Amino acid sequence: MPNSPSPQGGGARARMQRWLPKLVLSPSFVLILFFVYGFILWTTYISFSNSGMLPDYSWAGLRQWSRLWNSWTWGIALHNIWIFGLLYIVSCIVLGLLLAILLDQRIRAEGALRTIYLYPMALSFIVTGTAWQWFLNPGLGLEKTMHELGWQSFSFNWLIDSGMAIYTIVIAAVWQATGFIMAMFLAGLRGIDGEMIKAAQIDGAPAWKIYLRIIIPQLRPVFLSAVVVLAHLAIKSFDLIVAMTGGGPGNSTAVPATFMYSYAFSRNEMGIAAASAVFMLAVIAALIIPYLYSELRESRS
Amino acid sequence: MSTAPPTARAGVLSRAILYAILAVFAIAYLMPLYVMLTTSFKTLDEIHQGNMLALPDNWTIQPWLEAWGSACIGLECNGVHGYFFNSIRIVVPAVLISGLLGAFNGYVLTKWRFRGHRIVFGLILFSCFIPFQIILLPMARVLGILNIANSVTGLVLVHIVYGIGFTTLFFRNYYETFPNELIRAAQLDGAGFFTIFFRILLPASTPIIVVTIIWQFTNVWNDFLFGVSFASGDSAPITVALNNLVNSSTGVKAYNVNMAAAMVAAVPTLIVYILAGKYFLRGLMSGSVKG
Repeated sequence: MPNSPSPQGGGARARMQRWLPKLVLSPSFVLILFFVYGFILWTTYISFSNSGMLPDYSWAGLRQWSRLWNSWTWGIALHNIWIFGLLYIVSCIVLGLLLAILLDQRIRAEGALRTIYLYPMALSFIVTGTAWQWFLNPGLGLEKTMHELGWQSFSFNWLIDSGMAIYTIVIAAVWQATGFIMAMFLAGLRGIDGEMIKAAQIDGAPAWKIYLRIIIPQLRPVFLSAVVVLAHLAIKSFDLIVAMTGGGPGNSTAVPATFMYSYAFSRNEMGIAAASAVFMLAVIAALIIPYLYSELRESRS
Repeated sequence: MSTAPPTARAGVLSRAILYAILAVFAIAYLMPLYVMLTTSFKTLDEIHQGNMLALPDNWTIQPWLEAWGSACIGLECNGVHGYFFNSIRIVVPAVLISGLLGAFNGYVLTKWRFRGHRIVFGLILFSCFIPFQIILLPMARVLGILNIANSVTGLVLVHIVYGIGFTTLFFRNYYETFPNELIRAAQLDGAGFFTIFFRILLPASTPIIVVTIIWQFTNVWNDFLFGVSFASGDSAPITVALNNLVNSSTGVKAYNVNMAAAMVAAVPTLIVYILAGKYFLRGLMSGSVKG
């Protein structure tokens, strides 16, 4: 431990100084152990129990899990999170990278533009969901505006179309997060070593080729971070869906997070809710733990 | 420095196209905010007749007054102002306490390392990323047992606990780069654990304190999941009240009032972002890539 200042001597004060750091850390650590890891264990156990409206600690094996897996709504939720997650991750990365590259061309108003692209991240999903719900309102929003502007045949009623509603959520979510991904790519671009780029320029390579062959491959760590961050945000998304569609029309925009909430607090099916939460945790853990592990290991060297 | 290849030979035209694309994106990004703002200053008649993108013909602050003081949420018709103050009463203690704990944790985990410090940090860090669905059911029970269900106090506790991960991450990464020599020198002078922290580290921590406060403020203010799960009724935060107002109102929908209420919920974080966007971005980045 090269970093640990070694306590001098062996008096009472020194002994106290040795214990003090751990003592100061312990309240947080105890809180985390209880409220995070203890709760994870409790919820996991509940998912194997007979709990319904109240916790019932009798062992039920995989009963709740099979009920979960046979649930029609859960099927929709899984289907939706795939569509949503995939479109969300790909769109945010493509748009974010594009904006970052465009902003990296010695743009005069870069600061102002960056501020504009990033501001949605500072807003609550409930606020942006409310705004988008209004903006896409078939009766009064975009559709009506287009009609007024003379485009009579324009039709956009995805928000109330059960087949399309999930895509309106993708649009709003992409709008909200792209600026953040742009900022990540921009930081990545600014960190690239210029030597290879200069060499390629001397060879007369066109700009697009330099981007494709030299710059973008060097952004690989940023791509990785972006995918992890976005996937994690996607799996957790709840607020935006509640605010925009409430999971509807019908169940058409249900996702695991809204499913869990409704089974936990409206339908009083604790066991199924717990199983769905454990599933969400497992997916996120499979994604985050290897990532955190590699990040922490890198920072060690 | 820009890594972009020099564009000396690229013509005026391509520069113009570049700026045009960026401007189109800027307009697209500002559009929802613009529509929200203008709608909040229109009368309902104008909303039903006019164009969503047009500026109000007759500016009115009536929707704002109604949203603040008399709109009906649930059975009560007192507007969102009570919930706005709930949010403030939740945010202030939650941010201060989780920030202070994070600062101590970061200090211990970098300057007073002990065997297993990396595992402790890993366990704390992972708590940032769990889907909170996993803790909703037991937390609801624990809050009930502690008799702080449906209360501002309960939400403060929840936000402190689940804020520790990020605040610890921020301070740990910041103190990691703080020179150990200074600490050792202070120790030789007889300074103890707290003296070193309060006299040496804390005065040098202003940037990370700002990052942490802004990050926690934004997160706690914008929280919806904890609010809707643990605080219904009178103790609900502004986000929950806004959602109740917008999505469960019966009768004629007062879109202008809804938008004004949404703006009320948005203004605090928007102001913080405009004043200190740089620090907000720093928080975002260290939450994703290591600092």
